[in-house]
Amino acid sequence: MSAVVEEKKLIVGGSFLIEERRPEEVFTPEDFTEEQRMIAETARQFVDNEVQPRVPELENHDWELSRELLRKAGELGLIGAKISEEYGGLGLDQVSNALIGENISRSASFAVTYGAQVSIGSLPIVYFGTEEAKRKYLPRIASGELVTAYALTEAGSGSDALAAKATARLSEDGTHYILNGEKMWISNAGFADMFVVFAKVDGDKFSGFIVENGPGVSTGQEEHKMGIKGSSTRALILTDVRTPVENLLGEVGKGAKIAFNILNMGRLGLGTSCLGGMKLMLHHAVRYANERHQFGKPISSFGAIKKKLAEMAIRTWVGETMIYRTVGMVETATSDVENSDAKLQAIEEYAAECSLIKVALSEDCDYVADEMVQIYGGYGYSADYPAERAYRDSRINRIFEGTNEINRMLIPGTLMKRAMKGKLALLPAAQALMDEVMSPQLGGFDEEDEILAAEQKLAQNAKKIALMTLGTAAQKYMMNLAEQQEILLNVADTIIDAYAMESAILRTRKIAQAQGEDAAARYTDMTRVFCNDAIQRIEAHAKDALAAMVEGDELRTLLAALRRFTKHTPMNTVVARGRIADVLINANRYAY
Amino acid sequence: MKTVVLMKQVGNKDAVLRINKEGTWIEEGDLSYEVNESDGYALEEALRLKEKHGGEVVVCSMGPQRVKSVIKDALARGADRAIHVVGDDLARLSPFAAAKVLSEAIRSEQFDLVLTGLQSDDNGYAQTGVILAELLGLPHATIVIEVDASGEGLRVKRELENGWYQWYTMPRPCLLTIQSGISQIRYATLKGIMAAKKKEIREVAPAEAATASTSHQRITKIYFPQKSKQTQYLGDGNARAGAAELAERLRTEARII
Repeated sequence: MSAVVEEKKLIVGGSFLIEERRPEEVFTPEDFTEEQRMIAETARQFVDNEVQPRVPELENHDWELSRELLRKAGELGLIGAKISEEYGGLGLDQVSNALIGENISRSASFAVTYGAQVSIGSLPIVYFGTEEAKRKYLPRIASGELVTAYALTEAGSGSDALAAKATARLSEDGTHYILNGEKMWISNAGFADMFVVFAKVDGDKFSGFIVENGPGVSTGQEEHKMGIKGSSTRALILTDVRTPVENLLGEVGKGAKIAFNILNMGRLGLGTSCLGGMKLMLHHAVRYANERHQFGKPISSFGAIKKKLAEMAIRTWVGETMIYRTVGMVETATSDVENSDAKLQAIEEYAAECSLIKVALSEDCDYVADEMVQIYGGYGYSADYPAERAYRDSRINRIFEGTNEINRMLIPGTLMKRAMKGKLALLPAAQALMDEVMSPQLGGFDEEDEILAAEQKLAQNAKKIALMTLGTAAQKYMMNLAEQQEILLNVADTIIDAYAMESAILRTRKIAQAQGEDAAARYTDMTRVFCNDAIQRIEAHAKDALAAMVEGDELRTLLAALRRFTKHTPMNTVVARGRIADVLINANRYAY
Repeated sequence: MKTVVLMKQVGNKDAVLRINKEGTWIEEGDLSYEVNESDGYALEEALRLKEKHGGEVVVCSMGPQRVKSVIKDALARGADRAIHVVGDDLARLSPFAAAKVLSEAIRSEQFDLVLTGLQSDDNGYAQTGVILAELLGLPHATIVIEVDASGEGLRVKRELENGWYQWYTMPRPCLLTIQSGISQIRYATLKGIMAAKKKEIREVAPAEAATASTSHQRITKIYFPQKSKQTQYLGDGNARAGAAELAERLRTEARII
């Protein structure tokens, strides 16, 4: 190991569940550099000035406009940020890339077009392409001249992606692969110049290919979608399509590695994309609530609306906190790594975090969209106002990039797999916890001066509850654990909340350390309300899971431990939410 | 051609304004900041002139450290270097005092042209540029919407009232105040943002003699416009006479027909 590698402290993926972090160990939005903020601002201005006014044209399927917008984004450097300078990109850090993604997502439709281009449609080439393929395609992808798409799903294989039926066979002269098959729900299909396609060689070797739009390539009709109507989604039909052997991605039979690794990154990106949407929705909602008068007052002055605004802000802020904490870990793990394989391993390390962010943010995004419609009232149901489109656009996030059900099951699944491989010391931690559960110590009353001491205790206990339920499930079902979907979903929810609670506490403490407790007060409010509510959700989930798994004395013992772990004095959330809402109302925007 | 562009940082247009306790200014704690709109167009004009005729674009701004974001943004868009006059309360200077500070900061630059926005979006005096020209001994033109530097002098187009324009030929060096909305402002590209890191920002203190002259003018009170409603009945019960009078008033007082 080189000296450079030794110096940076890599955080083990999933270790948040069994280890404690200090505020200075986590990356937060307060750590953005001036350049990163400027890059975010360029992306925001581009979307607000060039894309937003033209969304109606995109929704009328003006795909020439989509291409033009991609070219403009390319000129600004917004597409090539993930591609290295060697291949015509800028090779920027993960944080800058996340900020670009977040801001581009102020338009949900264009974000899908953009995401297919910069993420799933081009990263397989960045990480797995041959030298020839990289030189041939990446510079023109970075400039927006070539539009790309990602074709994995088929009519009969969605979540079960490896069951794909598309085939590829090597030509007799060994120079080409010949592809046949039909792919479904392909973003950008209506105007893409090239596709990253997954197909099976010799019937069983799942592999990835670059396929140019040309002879044998055709697309179906535009799908009539619920939302993101300004993005093209079609079936892709391949009939004896020849693609040169240089366009094979990675190796024959190693397509799953490509597909799933790209999805890992896609999930973190999707969470970031939801965040951009949530901030914009909240911005609209606050303004509308301030403008709209009923009973002689702005509706933002009513408690019912304040509660909504505050909760929307809490979920947005906590979501942002989780995202950038994770982006920071990925950045640390990948920053000095040149080799693609090592880079992918670094990203794979945080697969569980990526999945939990995908689930949390997509559901928070739907929550924010739903409450936005409600705040707009009747106008929320009218297509002449922004809430209606936002509501429809948001819904897809829980479905694509792996459904939330698949991703929920992946969270404990990935952690268990890592534990089995000895990468994560989950089992000793679970064992220690079970000992604690069986012979509880009457803990002394810790007098802690640090802010959020009570919340930190709750976050620690949330992790214990996750370990307790997961440990119980592992013991009971052993190798059949993967089939216990209802239990896994419950455990996943607890893990998500635990990560969220801890992330919020760490960020708030970091702000308090840097700017003082007064400056951190508004964040303390959000963190306290979030933890107060999260521990109640966790308690309900754990009760459900435990009651389904064990009975009698064992159940009574575990429930007694659960009661100890969830014990807390409820806070006055009404007052705290009121203060949070007032920050938004006074600033007339999302001011966190 | 060497151009100095003066740029001011002002509170965001969308900000909800609150008046401070003393009633003399707005509460700055709540604000987020942006570049003064017409100054952005002045910078764009300078960058376009540089693209056509070569030379250098130097940005000058004054205020506390937060002003750096305006400066860095200008450098990212293509300005070559910057001068930052650092001081906490410079935003409250009178137009004369502000012009005095700025004149001392840029006097030693061998410029061919000085550009400013035509007025600031916060105070809206529209005087700083003009006074600055006097202090630097330069001729000036205001509300400029087009600059042609292909000849020896500068041909500038000014906006007059009522859809009238005026072409003027200015000697060099001179000072122009630029109107908003005259062009499409370029974005700070990602390459530009990265390149800006290496560009020089020279920090200078405001000249003492300049800040000493702050007392020419000061704000004693600011307040929100007071809303009042007055109802007048026209025609004294006679609808026809009322309609005629209404039409007359709409023409002569409201001037909307």
